[in-house]
Amino acid sequence: MKNVSPVVRGWLFFAIGFIVAYSIGIGLVFVASGSLVYSHLVTWILASFAGATAYSWGASGFSQLTKGLVWLGLGALAGFALGLVVELVVQGSLNWVAPIASLFALLFGFTGFFLGVAGNNAVSKGLISQISGTLIGAIFVTVIRVLMGLEWKGPFIFTEPAWVLGAFFGVLFFLAGNGSVSDWFKWARGIDTPEHHEEHYSGWEKYLNVSLDHKVIGVQYTITALLLISIGGLFALVFRTELAASQLQFLTTDMKLFGQNGPQLYNTFMSLHGMIMIVSILLGVAGIMNYVVPLLLGAQDMAFPRLNAFSFWLAVPAAVLLLMSLILGGFDTGWTGYPPLSAKAPLGIQMFFLGVFTAGWSSILGALNIIATVIRMRSKGMIAMRMPIFVWAAVATSIISLTATQLIGLSFQLVMFQRLFGMGFFDPAKGGNPVLFQHLFWFYSHPAVYVFVLPGLGVISELLPVFARKPLFGYRWVAMSSLGIALVGFVVWAHHMFTSGMNEYLRLPFMYSTLLVAIPTGVKFFSWVATLWKGKIVFPTPMLFVLGAIVVFLLGGLTGPPNATVSVDLHLHDTYFIVGHFHDTIFGGFVFPFFAALYYWFPKATGRRMNETLGKIHFWLMTPSFFILTFGMMRIGLLGMRRRIADYDPGLGFDATHLVLTIAGYLIGLSVLIFIYNFFNSIKNGDKAEGNVWNSRSPEWQVPSPMPMHNYDQPFEVVGEPYDYGLPGSQYVEFAAPAKSKHN
Amino acid sequence: MRHFIIVGILVIVMAILTYVGLDVAGIATQMHPIAASLQSVSIDWLWNREIIAISFLFALIIVPMTYSLIVFRRRKGETGDGEHFEGNTTLEITWTVLPLFAVLAFAYMGAYSLGEINRVDPDALVIKVKAQQFTWTFEYPEYEIVSKELHLPVDQQVVLKMESGDVIHSFWVPEFRVKQDVVPGRVTEYRITPTLVGDYKVRCAELCGASHYSMENLVIVNTQADYDAWIAEQRAIAAASQTPEGRGQLLTVKNGCIGCHSVDGSKLVGPSWQGIDGSTRDFADGTSAIADDAYIIESIRNPQAREVTGFSPSSMPPYTLTDEEIANIIAYIKTLK
Repeated sequence: MKNVSPVVRGWLFFAIGFIVAYSIGIGLVFVASGSLVYSHLVTWILASFAGATAYSWGASGFSQLTKGLVWLGLGALAGFALGLVVELVVQGSLNWVAPIASLFALLFGFTGFFLGVAGNNAVSKGLISQISGTLIGAIFVTVIRVLMGLEWKGPFIFTEPAWVLGAFFGVLFFLAGNGSVSDWFKWARGIDTPEHHEEHYSGWEKYLNVSLDHKVIGVQYTITALLLISIGGLFALVFRTELAASQLQFLTTDMKLFGQNGPQLYNTFMSLHGMIMIVSILLGVAGIMNYVVPLLLGAQDMAFPRLNAFSFWLAVPAAVLLLMSLILGGFDTGWTGYPPLSAKAPLGIQMFFLGVFTAGWSSILGALNIIATVIRMRSKGMIAMRMPIFVWAAVATSIISLTATQLIGLSFQLVMFQRLFGMGFFDPAKGGNPVLFQHLFWFYSHPAVYVFVLPGLGVISELLPVFARKPLFGYRWVAMSSLGIALVGFVVWAHHMFTSGMNEYLRLPFMYSTLLVAIPTGVKFFSWVATLWKGKIVFPTPMLFVLGAIVVFLLGGLTGPPNATVSVDLHLHDTYFIVGHFHDTIFGGFVFPFFAALYYWFPKATGRRMNETLGKIHFWLMTPSFFILTFGMMRIGLLGMRRRIADYDPGLGFDATHLVLTIAGYLIGLSVLIFIYNFFNSIKNGDKAEGNVWNSRSPEWQVPSPMPMHNYDQPFEVVGEPYDYGLPGSQYVEFAAPAKSKHN
Repeated sequence: MRHFIIVGILVIVMAILTYVGLDVAGIATQMHPIAASLQSVSIDWLWNREIIAISFLFALIIVPMTYSLIVFRRRKGETGDGEHFEGNTTLEITWTVLPLFAVLAFAYMGAYSLGEINRVDPDALVIKVKAQQFTWTFEYPEYEIVSKELHLPVDQQVVLKMESGDVIHSFWVPEFRVKQDVVPGRVTEYRITPTLVGDYKVRCAELCGASHYSMENLVIVNTQADYDAWIAEQRAIAAASQTPEGRGQLLTVKNGCIGCHSVDGSKLVGPSWQGIDGSTRDFADGTSAIADDAYIIESIRNPQAREVTGFSPSSMPPYTLTDEEIANIIAYIKTLK
C-alpha cells in the first residue's frame, strides 16, 4: 500500500467503507421493518458518509478532517441511541424512525465533527451550549406544565411551547457559550478589554473561533453561505428528482421519515430549499460586504467589530434551527408561511419561524454596521461621489435590511403567538385577517429581493471597468440607480398579492410602482453596455461570471414586467413561470456575481489564485444548464404547471421537459462541486498571486496579498476618480509616504 | 459611426429572430394552453405586446454587448487600456426618459386589460364554490344541485362566489387564464365567460398542504343544450336521492370527504371507504379494532383519536355533523362493498 498514490488509496477505502456501511444499512432496515429494501434513503446516506470518511482516511491518513468525520459518525450514533432511549422511556415503545433520535443524531453529529476537527473551539462550544439551552428551556416549560396539570408530552417528546422556549434558549445559550458576547459581559462588570484582540489561533483554526477581524468574519460568513448553498441545493436535487417523471416515485404516501410521509416531506424540502437559500444569500452578501467594504474605504476594520462578530455568530444557531425544522415534523407552507396553513402546520414551522427570526436579527445588525462604517470610516478625500461603486450598492442594500427585516420577523412572530397563545391575528373565526399577514410579510420580502441582488449588481459595476479597461460609464447614474431601486422597492410589495383578494383598486398603483423599477434597472444595463463599448476587454474567470450575470439578470429583468401588469399576472401568478423568472433574477443578481467576487478576491484573501481551467469549466457547465433550467420552467409555467406541487397531471405532457430540467439541475450541482473543489484545493495548491493580479486601480490591490492583519500599514488619500482606466498618469489613491504601491 | 450602424442593423435582426424563436416555441402570440374564455383575449393580447417589447429590449442589450466582446476584445500582444470616456449625460437622460414612457404605456395597457376582464354582466350565472383540503365542491343555488364537477354553459358569464373552510386556496383553470385566491372568512368572486366547449381542470394554485398537488377537479364547458340536460339529470338524481344513502352520498360530496377518501379502493390521503364497514383496522400503535358504527363516528368527530397504519390523521380536521347526518353517511358507506 505504501507506493499507491493517496487518491487511489482513498477511493479503495471509499469502496470498502461504502460497501460495509451499505450492508449494515440494509441489515438495520431489515431489523426495523422486517423487509429487505435496497434503496432506502437512510442506507444511502449512511453508506455515502462512511465512504467519504474512509476516503479521507485512505487519502490523508488520520488527519483533522478524518478525525472530524469519525467523530461526526460517533456523535450521530450516540445521539441516535440516546434518542431511541428517550423515545422508549417517554412513549413506552421503541420507534426506529422516532424524529427525536434523528434530531439528536444531527445535533450530536455536528458537534462531534467540530470537536473532532479542532478540539474545543467556538463552534463546538456554541453547539454544546445550544443543545443544553434547548433542553433546559424545554424541560423548564415541561416542569411548569406538569405542575399545572397540563399535558406535558407531545409527538416529539416535548410539547410545542416547550420546544419553542427551548429553541429560543438554545440561540441565547449558543451566543453566551461560544464567547461572542463575553466582552460585553466584561464591560458590564467594569472590566476593560483591548480594542483589538491578539489572535490566539493560527492558520485556519481562527475561522472556527470568535474573531473581531472583519476579514476573518467575512470569510466565516462566506464559508457558512457556501455550506448552506450546498445543503439548499441538495434539497432541490431531492425534489427535482421526484419531479423528473409524473406520479410519486420515492416520496410516496407510504414512506415515512422524520414523522412525515412523502408529499409532506416534499413540501418540507421545497420550503426549506427556499429559506435556506435565502439565508445563504444573506450570509453570502454579508460575507462579501464584510470582507471588501472596509478594504475599499481604507478602514482598519468595521465600525463595531464586536457587533460584527455577534451578527455572524447569530447566523449559526439560526441555520441549526432551520435544519431542526426538517426533522421536527417539517412544515408544508413554502418559505412564505402563509396562515392559516402555517397556523396548522406541524411543529417544524416553529423552528422555521425562530430560525428566520434569528437570521433576520443577524441581518439587521450587520446592515447597521455597514452603514456606520461607510459614514464614519472613509479615508481622506473619499467624498461620496468618489466611493467605489460597490460601496454604494452595500449602502443601498443595508438601508433595506436595516429598516424592512423587522416586518418578516414580526409577521412570523404573530403566527407563532397565534399558535402558542391562541391570539387570533390571522384567524377569521377570531376577527383576524389572513391577508394582513401577506402585507406584513411582503413588505420585507419584496425589498429583500433587492437585498439579494443590489450587492451583486454592485459587484458587476465594480469588476466590469477592471476587465473592460475603461471607466465605469455614468458613475453617478449607476450609484443613484442603486438607491432608486432600493427606495422604489419599498412601495411595490402588493404585486405579490394581485390574486389574494385584497382591495381590487389597490392593484393599479402597485402595478405602476412595480413597472417603475424597470427604469433604474435599465440605467444599470445601458451603463454596463456602454462601459464595454470601445474597451480592451479581457476574459479571466471572474469576468466570465460578470458577463454571465449580466445576461442572466437581463432575462430575469425582462420576464419581470409581465408579472407586474395585473391581468397577465392573473395567469402567471403561482406558476413555474414565476419560478423561472425569480431564479433568473437571483442567479443573475446574486449567484453569478457571488462566484465572480469569490474568483476575484480569492487572491486577496489567500495570496493564491483559483485554478483558471476549473473556473472556466465551472462557468461553461453552469451557464447553459441554467439557461435550459429556467427557460424550461417558464415555458411549462405558461402551459399550466403550478408551483410547489409534489406531482403533476401526466395528461399535461410535461414529463419530458421535467426530465430535462432535472438533468440540468444535476449539471448545475456538478459545476458547483467543481467550484468547491477548486476553492479548497487552491487555498493550499493554487498559483501564488501576491501582487496586483487583475491590474486594478482599487486600493486593496495596491498592497501585497494576503491582506496584512490590520489592513493598510500606511493610510491612503483619494486623489482621483476610482475608474479612470485609460487616462495616463491618473491615480485613484495615494499612500502616505513611503509609497508602497507599484501603480500602473 | 460604422460600429453604430452595424449594431443598429443587428439589433433589429436579433429582435425579429428572438420574437420568431419565441413564436416557434409557441409562447409569443398567446400564452398556451388554448384560450377558452373571453377574458383570455385581452390577456393574451397584452402578453403579445410584452413579448414584442421583451424581444426588442433583449436585442438592444445583448447585441451591443456581444459586439463589444468580439470587436473590442484585447487581442494577442495588445497592451494598454480602452478609450477613456466617463459618461454622457444626454444619453443617460435619454435612456431614463424613453423607458419611462414605455412604462407608462404598458401600465395604461395593463389597466385597460384589467378593466376588460372585470367587465360585469348583470345577468351572470351565480355558482357557489367551496374549497377545502383537497377538493372543490360546486353548488348551483338556483337548482339545489351539489357537484364535484363544474359544468358551465358556453358564452355565458358566470360569477363564482368562493369560500374556504380551512386554508387559502386559489381557483385556476389555465385555459381561462384568470386566477383568484379563496380566503377563509370571506367570499371572493371569480368572473369568467367560457368561450370554447371542452373539458378542463381547475387546479388549486395556492399551496394548501401536503396533498395540494392533487387538488384538481373537472371543469366542463357545455353547449347550452348539453348544460340544460346536465342540470335536468342532476336534479333527477337529487330528487331520487331522498333516501338515507342518497343524502349520505350528497353529504360526502358537500363536505369534501371524497377529496381524501376514495369509494373505489384507490389510496388517497385517507383510507378508502370501499369495504371498510366491518373490516379490521390496524393502528400505528399496534392495536386493532373492527370498523363498526361507533368507530366511524369517532373517526369523523375526532380523527386524531387513532392512527391507522400508513396514514397521517393530522391531515383531517374534526367535522361537526349532526347525528342524523352521520347516520346518513354511515348508511352510504355501508353500500360501498
